[in-house]
Amino acid sequence: MGNKHVNAIVVGAGAGGGIVAKELSVAGLTVVLFERGKWATYDDTDTDELISQRTTVLGNAYGPDDLRHRRVIVNADGSTKIVLPSEGGYNNNAACVGSGTVSYGAMAWRFMQEDFKLKTTYGHVEGSTLEDWPFTYEELEPCYEKAEWEIGVSGDDTQNPFAPPRRKPHPMPPFSHNKEAKLLYDAARRLGYHPFPIPMLRNSVPYGGRPACIRMRTCVGFACPVNAKCGTHNTVIPTAIETGNCELRINSIVSEINVNDQGKITGVTYFDDKNRKQTQTADLVIVSASATETARLLLNSKSRFFPNGIGNENDWVGRNLQGHAYTGARGIFEEDIYDDLGPGASVAICDFSHHNPGIMGGGMLCNEFIRMPYLFTGVRPPGEPSWGKRHKEFQRINFKRVGQVQGPYQEIPSFNARVEVDPVVKDFWGIPVVRLSGFRHEKDIEGCKLMSEKAELWLKEAGAVYTWQNVGGGKGLSGGQHQAGTCRMGNDPKTSVTDKYGRVHAVPNLFVADGSLHVSNGGFNPALTIMALGYRVGGYIASEWTKGNRFK
Amino acid sequence: MTNQIKLNRRRFIALSVVGAGGMCLLSRCANSPLSRWRFLTEQESVLLDALVEQIIPTDEWPGARDAGVTNFIDKQLVGPYARYQETYRKGLSAIRETCKANYQKGFEELNWDEQTLFLKKMEAGKMAGPFWEKGLDRQLFGLIRNHSMQGFYGSPRHGGNKNNVSYKMLKLDYPVIIGQNRYKI
Ligand SMILES: Cc1cc2nc3c(=O)[nH]c(=O)nc-3n(C[C@H](O)[C@H](O)[C@H](O)COP(=O)(O)OP(=O)(O)OC[C@H]3O[C@@H](n4cnc5c(N)ncnc54)[C@H](O)[C@@H]3O)c2cc1C
Ligand code: SF4
Repeated sequence: MGNKHVNAIVVGAGAGGGIVAKELSVAGLTVVLFERGKWATYDDTDTDELISQRTTVLGNAYGPDDLRHRRVIVNADGSTKIVLPSEGGYNNNAACVGSGTVSYGAMAWRFMQEDFKLKTTYGHVEGSTLEDWPFTYEELEPCYEKAEWEIGVSGDDTQNPFAPPRRKPHPMPPFSHNKEAKLLYDAARRLGYHPFPIPMLRNSVPYGGRPACIRMRTCVGFACPVNAKCGTHNTVIPTAIETGNCELRINSIVSEINVNDQGKITGVTYFDDKNRKQTQTADLVIVSASATETARLLLNSKSRFFPNGIGNENDWVGRNLQGHAYTGARGIFEEDIYDDLGPGASVAICDFSHHNPGIMGGGMLCNEFIRMPYLFTGVRPPGEPSWGKRHKEFQRINFKRVGQVQGPYQEIPSFNARVEVDPVVKDFWGIPVVRLSGFRHEKDIEGCKLMSEKAELWLKEAGAVYTWQNVGGGKGLSGGQHQAGTCRMGNDPKTSVTDKYGRVHAVPNLFVADGSLHVSNGGFNPALTIMALGYRVGGYIASEWTKGNRFK
Repeated sequence: MTNQIKLNRRRFIALSVVGAGGMCLLSRCANSPLSRWRFLTEQESVLLDALVEQIIPTDEWPGARDAGVTNFIDKQLVGPYARYQETYRKGLSAIRETCKANYQKGFEELNWDEQTLFLKKMEAGKMAGPFWEKGLDRQLFGLIRNHSMQGFYGSPRHGGNKNNVSYKMLKLDYPVIIGQNRYKI
C-alpha cells in the first residue's frame, strides 16, 4: 500500500517542526508531519519526580524509551559506552508530539543583538569555530514576535535595559514573584543590577483559548494539567491539523532521506507505528528532529551522490554541538524562603550577559525552578556528607531554606564536539545510533566562574547566611536539553551546512528547522529562538511556494 | 566486522530487556510465587534493609527501612534497573562473605558504627580481598546510595516512600490537590 505523495514532509513534531508544519499547511501545502513519539498527557507523569523529564532515573515520561533507543558516548580516554535515554550521558531532550515544549520550564528568551555577531563583538577565539550568524537580530525580530503571539508568552522586559529592541510588547503580563524571587529582586536592585520578570511560555492570564497557570510545584519536567503551558502541541500543531492539509503520523521514526538516481531528494523511509518499513514521497523535506537526531538522519542518508551523508561534503554535519554550561551558586537562608508558589523561577538579570572584561559572552542569571525532593538530595555544600544522619537532617532543615541562582553560560563553539553515527551499534529498528564525542571549549570555565561569583554575591545580598558556588563548564561534552549547532547556517558552503534560510547547501529541496541551525547558542534557554527559526524557515518556504518556486 | 555486528546484536538484546517489567537477566532470579520479593532472596532483603537504613537512618522520622526502600529497589530491579541485577547480587554476596570472614556474623548483626565504617570503606573503594572484583565496592555503594534516596524521596507509586513519609518530613502537602489532581482520592 503506497502513501499519497505530498508537498512537504516535516521530520519531528517538536519546537521547530511543529511551527514549520503549521506555516506550510496554512499556506496550502499538503504536509506529513512525522513524530517518533506519541501524544503525551499529564497523566503520563502526574507528579512523579523519578520519571519526570528532568530527573529521569526511572525513564523519560515524555520519551524516548529505554527499550528501543540508545546512544554511544566516547569517553576522554577514547573508550566507548552505550547509554540509555534515562542516563545523563545520552543528552536527551524529549520524544513526543511537542517534544520538549510539553515538559519544559518554558522560559521564553530572545537572544540579544550581540549573540548574532559574536565574532564581530569578541574577535576570533583560539580553538573555536566562533562565527557571526548570517543575519542580524533585527532580521529575526518579526519571527520572535510571531512566536510570542502565536504560541503565547507572559513577560515585560521594559525593566531590562539590556533587552533587544522589540516592536510589540509581550502578549500577556508577567508572573508575580514568589518569596525567594522577591528577596532576590530587592537584593539585585540594592546591588545596582537590573532585575526583571522572566518571560515565560505560560499563560499568566487566559490566552489562546486556554486557561491561566495555577502556579504548581511540578512544572519543569512535567506536562501541564490545565493546559496553561504553551508548546507546539497545543498551539500550532492543532492549527496545522485543522487546515486539513497536515497529517500527523505519530509513533513513526524516519530512518533515511531518499535520493533518486539523479541525486534528487524524493522523500523519506520510515518505520510506522507497527514497525513496518514504509516510504513517503514529497516535493520537499524539512528535518526538525533536534540537533542530535537531525545530524544523525543526514549522516545516515548515504548514497552514491552523498557518500558521507547528505549535506556533509565538507564534514560539517554534526559538528559544533553545543548546549549550555549551567553555572551559579546556592545559599542557605535563616528562615524558610520557599512558599510553594510555583514553578519557582521568575526573576532574572542580564547584567552579565555580555561585555564582561576578558570573557567571551556570559549569560543570563536567574533564580531556579523548585527543586523536588530527590533532586535536592544532591544539593549540598562542599564537604557535606551525601548520606547518613546528617544528610537527612540537612534535607529536613534546609529543604525550604536553600535559594539558588544560576544561568546558562553561552558556550564557545568547538568543532570537535560532535555527533556522528556509530559504525556498529543500532537501535531497535536497525538504524545506526548517535555517537557523541569531543569536549566543550576550555575557556568556557572562565565565563562560568565569573557568573558563579556574581550569583553568590547576589544570594549573599538577599540574605543567605551560607553560600557556595557550583561552577559549570568543566571538561565534558555539552548537549542535552539545550542541544544546538550541528547543522550551522552560513553564507559559505565550506564552513556551514545550510544557507540563511535553513536550506541545505547544494540540495534545493531539503531544509533544516530546529536547534541544529544555531551558529551559537546564546546565554539563554534556546526554545523561543528555535521557534523563531521555525517561522523563518517555514515562512520562507511558504512565500516562495506561493510565488511558484517548487525548489527543483 | 560481521562478528562485531553480531556481538552488538546480542548486546542490544541484553540491553533491550532493560525496562521490560518482570524480566530477569540472571539465571538464579526466578523467585517462587510465595516469596514476597521479586528479585531479592529473603537473606539479601535483610541485608539490604540494614544497608539502606544506614543511608537514611531512623531519627525522629522513620528511616529507609520503614519507608519501604528495599521494596522500591526490589521492584526496580525487575523493571528499569534490571541492568543492575548482577551488581546487586555479586555485591551483596561480597558484603556477606566479607562480614563472615572478618566478624563471623552478618552485616546486619554488626553494631551501628561498625556498619557505618564498613560502608565508608566501600564508598572510598577500599574493600580488598577475594570477594571484591575491582570497582565493585564503589559501584554498589553508589547504587545503594542513589536508589535509597530515590525510594525514600520519590513518588510512593514506585514502592517506597511509604505513607508519603518523606513528603511529610519536608512539610510538603501531598498529593497536591490542584488541577486535574483535584479528582484524586
Ligand atoms: C525538562 C526540560 C526543560 C526545558 N526548559 C526549557 C526552558 O525553560 N526554556 C527553553 O527555551 N527551553 C527549554 N527546554 C529545551 C527545549 O524544549 C528545546 O530547546 C526544544 O524543544 C528544541 O527544539 P527542536 O525543534 O530543536 O527539537 P525538539 O523540540 O526536540 O523536536 C524534535 C522532535 O523530533 C522527533 N524526532 C527525532 N528524530 C526523529 C525521527 N527520526 N523520526 C521522527 N521523529 C523524530 C523527536 O521525537 C522530537 O519530538 C527544556 C527541555 C526539557 C526537556
Ligand atoms: S505551573 Fe502553571 S504552566 Fe506549569 S504545569 Fe502548573 S499550571 Fe501548568
